[in-house]
Amino acid sequence: MARLGTVIRLAERRGRRGAGPQGDGAMVELGGVTVRFDGRVVVDAVTASVGRGEWVGLIGANGAGKTTLIKAVAGLVDHDGEVRVGGKSSAAMGRRERARSVAYVPQSPELPADMSVTDYTLLGRTPHIAYLAVESRADLSQCAELLERLGLAPLAARPLSTLSGGERQRVVLARALAQEAPVLLMDEPTSALDLSHRMEALESVDELRREWGLTVVSALHDLTLAGQFADRLLLLSGGSVAAFGTPAEVLDESVLGEAFDCAVRIIRTDDGELVIVPRRTVPRRAGPAHAGDEGDKEAQ
Amino acid sequence: MTATAPARATEPVAVDAPEVRGPGARRTWVPMVVAASIMIVISLVSVCVGPVSVPPSQVLGTLLAHVPLLHFHTSTPPIDQAIVWQLRMPRIVLAGLVGAMLAAGGAAYQGIFRNPLADPYLLGVAAGAGLGATIEIVYGGDSSTFLPIFAFVGGSLAVAATYLIGVAGGRRAWGRSIVLAGVAVAALLTAIQTYLQQRDAEQIRQIYNWILGSFSVASWSDVTLILPYVVVSAAVLLAHRRMLDVLRVGEEEAGTLGIHAARTRLIVVAAATLGTAAAVSVSGLIGFVGIIVAHTVRLTAGASYRIIVPVSMIAGAAFLIGADLIARTVEAPAEVPIGVVTACIGAPFFLFVLVSRRAARGVGVGDT
Repeated sequence: MARLGTVIRLAERRGRRGAGPQGDGAMVELGGVTVRFDGRVVVDAVTASVGRGEWVGLIGANGAGKTTLIKAVAGLVDHDGEVRVGGKSSAAMGRRERARSVAYVPQSPELPADMSVTDYTLLGRTPHIAYLAVESRADLSQCAELLERLGLAPLAARPLSTLSGGERQRVVLARALAQEAPVLLMDEPTSALDLSHRMEALESVDELRREWGLTVVSALHDLTLAGQFADRLLLLSGGSVAAFGTPAEVLDESVLGEAFDCAVRIIRTDDGELVIVPRRTVPRRAGPAHAGDEGDKEAQ
Repeated sequence: MTATAPARATEPVAVDAPEVRGPGARRTWVPMVVAASIMIVISLVSVCVGPVSVPPSQVLGTLLAHVPLLHFHTSTPPIDQAIVWQLRMPRIVLAGLVGAMLAAGGAAYQGIFRNPLADPYLLGVAAGAGLGATIEIVYGGDSSTFLPIFAFVGGSLAVAATYLIGVAGGRRAWGRSIVLAGVAVAALLTAIQTYLQQRDAEQIRQIYNWILGSFSVASWSDVTLILPYVVVSAAVLLAHRRMLDVLRVGEEEAGTLGIHAARTRLIVVAAATLGTAAAVSVSGLIGFVGIIVAHTVRLTAGASYRIIVPVSMIAGAAFLIGADLIARTVEAPAEVPIGVVTACIGAPFFLFVLVSRRAARGVGVGDT
């Protein structure tokens, strides 16, 4: 039954996604964004545009530049070229203005062990609070609402160290959403979660995106999930754009095979989802599998 | 960015919205009131107790007589008035200011360096002040008028040197390189100080007394000397209490929240250093206050710097006034150096904190 529920939900999302990017115009525009670390080009002249309300997934092999590109959009690394958010050049924005425009969920966020869920979420209000001021009642009720919305209200007083992986992920999301920024950047937001928590986290991002018209740019490790959630995928290879288009266009055997340097097979399910299966280069060994497995373990 | 304000798109402040207690709200005043009450009681005991016992009513009369514009006339004998107003009160006020400054400085350093064992002497202020004081004692002749100034300048210069070396060590590894620079600068200055002290053996006792710390010669002029620094420093630290919480998520994430982390750290370190240097210049190197007070507050009142900074100030004042009371009464009429008293309480407490942190080892231990 649970499986059926998932299938129905997925089908619903596919139906909704048919509408394509919501709203009008580009929310995030990258014009020849180049990042160098010690002279080495990590992101190479990336030009792309993300529509208002759209979800763009960044995919690519390790070291392809996904994290660096996200950091460039967040204003965390020096870059050449231009990043425009909501039509305004990011370089021309002050830190606070940028923080009100772009929220960022890092790959491994720093979670102060003894800080409570509420206090942590309230940190997201920082760009809306004067430098030396403290939170107002409006900030407190906004955070309360957000925690309620993400199902975190029962955990509000708990220290961060007592939360499970899935709960932590949602708390970090709550902090980012508390910034009330129209653009949400996420760097491998679910890499530490198991399958059901991963789905849950991405589903709630998707719901909030639709409800609030958020523009989402996220690096996603799992190509199948990337295809399920993103409106468009941007495939990075060696720091430059290898492909940018709908999942059906980008999730192509030859395109992926080249970018990841690994043969893959793409299977289309009955309800239209694309599943990416890597091909083994060494065929599975013949003979009794169990005996072989044990032999491997002993060898380790 | 007015384009989309996602959360505001939903109804704000719904009636059934669950109540959230902010870190700045109700929770702060309870520990503040408790700490303040303890401080007042310790101060009152401290002003009454001594070689000459002055009854509380006469203490009160003396204090009221010194309130401006009140024109209160007390029947307290002039000698008791002098004991209360000229000897004990400046001592209590000075101990309070120094205690408040060291405790708040410790809390701020722990926040900035995200290290539970950071204290206000971490970047070499103590070694610098010690060297400054030694130079004054050795070369300054009999008068010790300039001792606080030498100590203050020495302490401030030492931290400035540490900071510049640490920043040169790279922005990424900022915390680590600056702490290492502090260790190196402190070692160098202490070596020079030891050399000067050994070369001039007659002054060893005086230098040693200063290093261990004492309020035995405290006067109102000492209070007025450090008051401006302490007030400015305390105001800056209090104003940054929320920023210290924001910095706990690290430089990069604080940056995405709109904070210039490096600049904020510099302001807080400068304020904490200025206040600490001023405090030690009149009191000598009193240890452990910065660590034990801030940690007691953290363990009992709450983990947010919005609570830790203000409550540490009051609790630090109470702690040092109490320690000074012990220092001048346990072996009366002789005085035990106050640094000995704070260390006797501080060292066991330090071990307790270490053990309890190990017991609570979970995610992010080592992070404050």
